[in-house]
Amino acid sequence: MPWTKVYVDKSEFEKAAQLQKEGLRGLTFREALKEATAQMMEKDDRVFVMGEGVDDPGGIFGSTQGLHKKFGKERVMDLPIAENGMTGVAIGAAMAGMRPIFVHMRMDFLPMCMDQIVNHAAKWCYMTGGRTNVPLVIRSIIGKGWGSAAQHSQALQALFMHIPGLKVVMPSTPYDVKGLMVSSIQDGNPVMFIEHRWLYEQIGHVPEEIYTVPIGKGIVRKQGKDVTVVAVSNMVYEAMKAVQPLEAEGIDVEVIDPRTIKPLDEDLIIESVKKTGRLVIVDIGWKTCGVSAEIAAVVAEKAFKYLKAPVKRVTLPDVPTPNSPVLEDAYYFDYKRIVSSVKEMFREV
Amino acid sequence: MVRFERTINMPEKILESFNVKHLSILDEKGDTDESLMPSLSDTDIKMMYELLVLSRTFDHQALNLQREGRIGSYAPILGQEASQIGSAFALEKTDWIFPSFREIGVYITMGYPLHMLFQYWSGDERGVKTPEELNIFPVCVPVGTQVPHAAGAAMAIKYKNKRKAVAAYFGDGGTSEGDFHEGMNMAGVFKLPVVFICQNNHWAISVPREKQTASKTIAQKAFAYGFEGIQVDGNDIFAVYKATKDALDKAKKGEGPTLIECFTYRMSDHTTSDDASRYRFKEELEAWKPKDPILRLRLFMEKKGLWTGQYQKEVEGRAKEAVDEAVKKEEAIEHPEPKDMFTFTFEKLTQRQTKQIRDFQ
Repeated sequence: MPWTKVYVDKSEFEKAAQLQKEGLRGLTFREALKEATAQMMEKDDRVFVMGEGVDDPGGIFGSTQGLHKKFGKERVMDLPIAENGMTGVAIGAAMAGMRPIFVHMRMDFLPMCMDQIVNHAAKWCYMTGGRTNVPLVIRSIIGKGWGSAAQHSQALQALFMHIPGLKVVMPSTPYDVKGLMVSSIQDGNPVMFIEHRWLYEQIGHVPEEIYTVPIGKGIVRKQGKDVTVVAVSNMVYEAMKAVQPLEAEGIDVEVIDPRTIKPLDEDLIIESVKKTGRLVIVDIGWKTCGVSAEIAAVVAEKAFKYLKAPVKRVTLPDVPTPNSPVLEDAYYFDYKRIVSSVKEMFREV
Repeated sequence: MVRFERTINMPEKILESFNVKHLSILDEKGDTDESLMPSLSDTDIKMMYELLVLSRTFDHQALNLQREGRIGSYAPILGQEASQIGSAFALEKTDWIFPSFREIGVYITMGYPLHMLFQYWSGDERGVKTPEELNIFPVCVPVGTQVPHAAGAAMAIKYKNKRKAVAAYFGDGGTSEGDFHEGMNMAGVFKLPVVFICQNNHWAISVPREKQTASKTIAQKAFAYGFEGIQVDGNDIFAVYKATKDALDKAKKGEGPTLIECFTYRMSDHTTSDDASRYRFKEELEAWKPKDPILRLRLFMEKKGLWTGQYQKEVEGRAKEAVDEAVKKEEAIEHPEPKDMFTFTFEKLTQRQTKQIRDFQ
C-alpha cells in the first residue's frame, strides 16, 4: 500500500507517483505534521500550539510556519522562556479542558521539564482516581550534525518510556506523522511526540483528509524470513537501505517500525521473531537501558526459545554526542553498520 | 582640529516605584475598621464562623485519628483557618482552585465531602476524585508546582472567554521555587484571571521565613511581574475575604492577576511526621496565640450580639457530629482491589496493562 511504504529517497516516490498518475499525494514529513496540526485546530477549538518560536518566520523548522497567521497568536503562542513552568502551564490548560501541543525545538530541553512531565502530567490521572486527566502533546525534535553536539542532539526517548502514565510515539514517515499527531491530540493522556530532524525532508503519500494511525501499533515495512530488524524513527530508512545489500548475501530481512515505543506493539515483534528466529534492534539512542534494551528484554521473556542467535543491538555508543566533525562521524552510524551487524550474526552461528 | 564640547545634565530618573500595602480590618479584640468592612450579612458572618469551627474540629479529629493509626500523615491547618476560609468564601463554585496540601479549610468551605478528605489522608486516591460540581484540582504536594497549572487553567478561561477566575494556594516556602516565578511571570505577561494566595505561615518545615527570601514582604514579588501584590492579616477573616473578593472581581473583569500574602502562623507541626518544638522557640508560638482567627471573630460576633454560649455549643455539636459521621462513612468504604492500581494510569487501559492485570491475578 502506498501509505505503508517507506520511500527511501525522493526519486523513488516520484517514480511511484508517476506510475500511479492519480491518487498519490506527496507531502514531506514537515508538511504532513503541519497539516495535521492545522486540520485539528480547525476541527477542534480546544487545540492550540505553544512553544518557543512557534510563530517566528522559521516556525520550528517549518512545522508550525504560518499557523499564527491563520489561527492568531492566541492559539499559536510564543512564550516566555521557562521550560518547566511552561510545561506546568500546558498541564493546567489541559486539565481545564484544552488540548495543548507544546513544542520544543530540541529534545535536550525536556530534561528541564522533567518535574512537570514526570511528577505531574504522568501522575494526575492516577492520583485523582481518573477524575483529572492530562490530554497533552509534547513535541520534541532530535537533532543531528551541524555541531549540535552534546546539548542539542540527544535522543532521550528511553527516559520517557520508563515512566508510567506517558505514551511515547516516534513516527518515521509522512503518513504516520500525520496520523499519529491526530491520534495524539485525540488521546486523553500526555503523549511524548518525538521527531528526528533528519526526517523532515522525507516524502511520502499523505491523504488530504484527517485520519488516524493508532498509538501502540507497529508496522512491518518489509517482509522477510531470515532476520527481524526492529528500527526506530529515522533508523527505519537505514534499515530499508540495508535490505538490498543483505539480499545480495542471501539474507532475507524483515523490517519492523514500532512507530510507538510506549505502549510497544510487543505482539508484532514477537510474531516476527518466532518466524525469523533472529533479532537486530536499531535505535538512535544509547544502548544502556535504552529502547533496544526493553525490546530485547521483551523478546527474551516471551520468545527466547525461538531465538537461533543472541540478539544484536545497533545503537549509539554510551558517550555524549561529540562536537568535532571527525568524532561525530565516528559516533553516528548508517545502514552499513546494520548490514555488518546482520552479517556478523549469521557468521557467528 | 576642532573640538566640540558641551556639558549636559542627566539627572537620575525614577522609572517606577511601588508601595506594598498591608490590609487589616478586624483586630485581636474583635473591633473592626467600619470604613474597610466588606459587605457581609449576619448570616454570612455566622456561616464563616461555623466553617472556622468545623475546620478546626476536622483538624483536631484528623490529628487524633493519625495518632491512633487510623489515617496516614496529616498536615494540620491550626492557626491558618481565616486565610483559608476567608479566601474560599469569596470564591464561586465555578471558579477553579489549585491547592497545595494544607488547604482543608478551603475544601470544607467549597463544600467538599468531609469523608473524602479523610479518605485522601488515609492514603486512598479516590478521596481526591473531586465531585463533578466542584473545580478543585489535585492536592499538590511537590512544593509550588501547582502555580503554573493555575496559570495554564487561567489561560484556558481567558481563551474561552468565561467569567471565572483561578485561585492558586501555596506557602512561603513555595515562593522560592522556580515554578512560582515562572507561573507568576506567565500570568503577568498574558494578564491572566488568576489570584495567587500565599499563606505565609512563617515556617517551611524547619526553614524560617527570613531564610526563604531577603524581601521584606512576599507581596512585593508581584511587582516584578507587572501586577499588584498585597499583604493582609491572615488571621483576620474580613481582610482575607475582602482582598480575595477584590482580586477575583478584578480578574473576572480582565484586569489581570493579583498576589495576596496572608500573614499568618503555623500553630502546629508541619505534618504529623514533624516536631516543631525541636526547631522553634516556644515564645514565638505563645506570641501568636492571642491573634487566633476564631477567637477574634467570636469577640466581634459577641459585640454584635451574634454569639452566645448556647450558639457556641450548638455550632460545636454540629461540627463534631458532621466530622464523626464522615469518619464513620470513610471507614465503611471498601478497600480498593490490588488490580485497581492499573485502572487509572492512563485514561483508558492499554493492551499491555490488560496483560499485566492478567499476570497479576
